[in-house]
Amino acid sequence: MSAPIFSNAQTRGFGRFLAVAVPYGWFLVFFLAPFLIVAKISLSTAATAIPPYESLVSWADDGALVLTLHFNNYKLIFSDPVYLIAYASSLRNAAVTVIFTLLLGYPLAYFIASRSAKWRAPLLMLVMMPFWTSFLIRVYAWIGILKPNGVINSALLWLGVIDKPLDILNNQFAVYLGMVYAYLPFMVLPLYAHLEKLDWSLLEAAGDLGARPARVFREVTLPLSMPGIVAGSLLVFIPAVGEYIVPTLLGGPDTLTIGAALWNEFFSNHDWPVASTVAVALVVLLVGPLMALQNYQAKEEQKP
Amino acid sequence: MNAAQSRFLLLAMSLLAIFFLYAPIVSIVIYSFNESQLVTVWSRFSTKWYAALLHDDQILRATRISLEVALLSATGATVLGTFAGYVLSRFGRFPGRTLFSGIVMAPLVMPEIIMGISMLLLFVALEAAIGWPPRDIQTIVMAHITFATAFVAVVVQSRLAEIDVSIEEAAADLGARPLQVFFLVTLPLIAPALVSGFLLAFSLSLDDLVITSFVSGPSSTTLPVVIFSKVRLGLNPEINALGTLIILFVGVIATLATFRTVFADWRGRRKVDAPA
Repeated sequence: MSAPIFSNAQTRGFGRFLAVAVPYGWFLVFFLAPFLIVAKISLSTAATAIPPYESLVSWADDGALVLTLHFNNYKLIFSDPVYLIAYASSLRNAAVTVIFTLLLGYPLAYFIASRSAKWRAPLLMLVMMPFWTSFLIRVYAWIGILKPNGVINSALLWLGVIDKPLDILNNQFAVYLGMVYAYLPFMVLPLYAHLEKLDWSLLEAAGDLGARPARVFREVTLPLSMPGIVAGSLLVFIPAVGEYIVPTLLGGPDTLTIGAALWNEFFSNHDWPVASTVAVALVVLLVGPLMALQNYQAKEEQKP
Repeated sequence: MNAAQSRFLLLAMSLLAIFFLYAPIVSIVIYSFNESQLVTVWSRFSTKWYAALLHDDQILRATRISLEVALLSATGATVLGTFAGYVLSRFGRFPGRTLFSGIVMAPLVMPEIIMGISMLLLFVALEAAIGWPPRDIQTIVMAHITFATAFVAVVVQSRLAEIDVSIEEAAADLGARPLQVFFLVTLPLIAPALVSGFLLAFSLSLDDLVITSFVSGPSSTTLPVVIFSKVRLGLNPEINALGTLIILFVGVIATLATFRTVFADWRGRRKVDAPA
């Protein structure tokens, strides 16, 4: 797949150049260049102006060009405990989300992959359908389910299991629940893609040789599906660290996340330089996982 | 645990996961027909919140803007995503390929909050330098194209991987020029993937809140931005009705986009598409 298909002179034309240059140019301008601008503005300081930050370069009275870099923002986010707590809790949210989407998603992906060809695609569509449906609306729906007079509490009160409503909304539990819910399809899809390619006769062979189901799973299925677990975990972890909507709608007043910190600096405090600094720190945090994902995808491409 | 028990456990856990995915959707549909203002306290069946939507000018205006943005950005993302998917699966190695695939695919996972602030700062810098673009539908569309292209590229790439390259090579051997091969052979073969990719980009654009909040101006408020401003204040029966309509609309789009693929095996045909 990675071998050049048309290596002859025929394709070294203008069309080939355009096919590469148009998307390349677009993403250099709209995806890569903006990061440099964010990095630049993180070194500025807020001002009451349009746009609301000081220019890094200015003219001094004697006509000299002056470059002023402010590292205060970085000092701020590394010394103010609010930011450190926000980073720590975002990482924790993402890690918990990975663990629970894996626990819930693996059996589901395995179940779908072990059906006959006729059933696999419709079942997979059943899992992917919520991904197409409005994220915002689906997260919002959990408010109605979790609130004190919501679906769960009403049902449990009516059944007499509890005598006062459970406190399950606007706290850390609700955030975990919402995150696992929102990211489950991202875990199931790569898991399924690897389990589907699994050679099931290996599992049968292990069984025939006397291994119990648990042992077959532990010693054959799990190692063979490890690439899917790695891919799914990265696909969930990276966006989950920056998640904004779920903690905002389902979390409580003490829920601090890096997404919310950036949002508030930007929209409430209008401090664009600090918001940029928070963004730079988040990108730095994600460089490792992003590279791992890129490496992984490159390796997958080279497989026959 | 024997084989039968583990099969049962697997089925039970899968059903639990499916139930988990659909419970909120079902609950919002049911409560959208609740007459009570209290949203989760059921009084009786009513369609009054749907009627109320029709008189909510803010929501109607936002819906129009959202549809316009989604149409434009899905079109742009389909064009760029087709190029990108084609380059990634057919061009082999070329200088800068690693960076190319990195920056095309990174928006799949990049937190939206990062893409939102970075694109806004780009637009502000551009506006200061060359007086363009104004923050309105244009900036939203450019931002949506940037994040939705990767999804189209993935769909196109997986379709191309399943098409026998020898068909394209045969056309080239028979004297077709590269552009002719692309437009007369490749493009018709991947057309179903383009439709799926377009519809996926359309529904992603329709749903985006975070990036849009950063790059939109005061005159270009999209539907998710209006919904978010309302639901932050708590439950709102009108939003239940609106949510039900959105779920229905997007559900139809998703079914259209995947139907061919999903039921390919039911008509005794070889499965050719990868599910989106």
